[in-house]
Amino acid sequence: MDPQKITAYGDELYEAWLACRPVRPLLEREPDITIEDAYQIQERFVARRVQAGETIIGKKIGATSKPVQDFLGVYQPDFGMLLSGMVYQEGDTIDLATLIQPKAEAELAFVLKADLKGPGITAMDVIRATDYVLPCFEIVDSRITDWKIKIQDTVADNASCGVYVLGKTKGDPRKLDITLAGMVLEKNGELFSTGVGAAVQGSPANAVAWLANTLGELGIPFKAGEVILSGSQSALVPVVDGDELVCTVGGLGTCSVKFSGRSKACA
Amino acid sequence: MRMNVTLGREDIVRLCERVEGAQTRAYAIPKLTDEYPGMTIGDGYAVQLELRRRFLAAGHKQVGWKAGLTSKAKMIQMGVNVPSIGFLTDRMARPENSAIKTSDLVHPRVECEVAFVMKKTLIGPNCTRQDVLDATDYVLPAVEIIDSRFSGFKFDLESVVADNGSSARFVGGGRARYPADIDLRTLGVVMEKNGEIVALGASAAVLGHPAEAIAMLVNILAELGEELPAGSFVMSGGITEAVAVKPGDSIVARFQELGSVSMRFIE
Repeated sequence: MDPQKITAYGDELYEAWLACRPVRPLLEREPDITIEDAYQIQERFVARRVQAGETIIGKKIGATSKPVQDFLGVYQPDFGMLLSGMVYQEGDTIDLATLIQPKAEAELAFVLKADLKGPGITAMDVIRATDYVLPCFEIVDSRITDWKIKIQDTVADNASCGVYVLGKTKGDPRKLDITLAGMVLEKNGELFSTGVGAAVQGSPANAVAWLANTLGELGIPFKAGEVILSGSQSALVPVVDGDELVCTVGGLGTCSVKFSGRSKACA
Repeated sequence: MRMNVTLGREDIVRLCERVEGAQTRAYAIPKLTDEYPGMTIGDGYAVQLELRRRFLAAGHKQVGWKAGLTSKAKMIQMGVNVPSIGFLTDRMARPENSAIKTSDLVHPRVECEVAFVMKKTLIGPNCTRQDVLDATDYVLPAVEIIDSRFSGFKFDLESVVADNGSSARFVGGGRARYPADIDLRTLGVVMEKNGEIVALGASAAVLGHPAEAIAMLVNILAELGEELPAGSFVMSGGITEAVAVKPGDSIVARFQELGSVSMRFIE
């Protein structure tokens, strides 16, 4: 794809994010866009946020579960960048007016204590380099109208990352069975869905290893201290004003989040 | 639940013989309500009681009970909205890691469950989750092989109750645990068929907590004028959706904190 177009689409997604105003699917306008092109568009979108003052503090892995892969028609995960402006603390209320069409996903987050650079990274290396894991919510959001995304659209749109919330209970992956730890998601006090670590690429550590290797090919290492969101273990939960979500990772702990206001798509 | 019996003794025996024939000679029959549209859940349990009486008279030994249709996933899959119970006998038990014949089953499906072994007798009504935990000797992982004798797995609650809750075979295994030592609500579960993950979830999928299903079972027993004796083996209902199996299939169910249960299926 022409570099000027890549820049233009990256800028368009940045403006869409800034204004909370979604844009037409890129693939509708550029049917030949490749996944590689889409990552270059993402790079531009993220660079604009960094220019505006944010820093990259981690990565997210998306499209890790079979239902999402079936929906997108792709059979590998994707990734996006976590930026400093995306962070909420547990117990915070997320203002929906800052989002377009948010949905929540319950995940396991990894915080690294050592650098990891692929290729050649296995799940064992991931455990070795992990300081601790946390229950977390990623609030995904799409800058593409009505979530009408194909893989290229979501990759260009920073893997549909919105904001995220980390829980406070730290777990040691040498003690916690991250593969078989259950995930229980409750919405407004009622059971919404259940899952398990293995839903993500057989184990969340496999997803993190996949990303370390994928980024390694591009010369990008994971840095000690980075946060890696390993992928959704729950169904996607649409959220509206007043909703409260709690996820519990078996043997670890909980993360909770509240929402208020109206998202742009609802306003 | 109303347990009023509307059918006469002759009809109950007739329906029991129909179910017994289908169970022992492994053939599908139309759901009982096709012929008896006015049949109640009480009638269903009257047929089940007659079936139990016959099996016990023939020398089968009752080992416990099972709760069925206890998860939202199962209720949606089967189009019913109330849980059910059924009895378990020694003839249905199969050892862990065994080869299970399918030629004497109609259309077997497998599901992962948490099983309870009781050390105290429980008597309803008003049995609670805490009563169940207090009366439990230990919990263990189990796989239930259900086999509705109704054509195309199409049934209603009245028919499935008469068919003993689709009970067919069960395999207990893995690691026995005291319920106080683990969080029974958040156990992650993965079912693999021939090495591939085919179903997953966490134990809260069963009425919010598996012990809740046992309490419900005790309360249904009370309505039938029965108690849950000490020593009973009780299965709390499928955490995962039921997965069809055929000869040649190998199943491994992996449970957080409870180890695994495996079996294979032969002609």
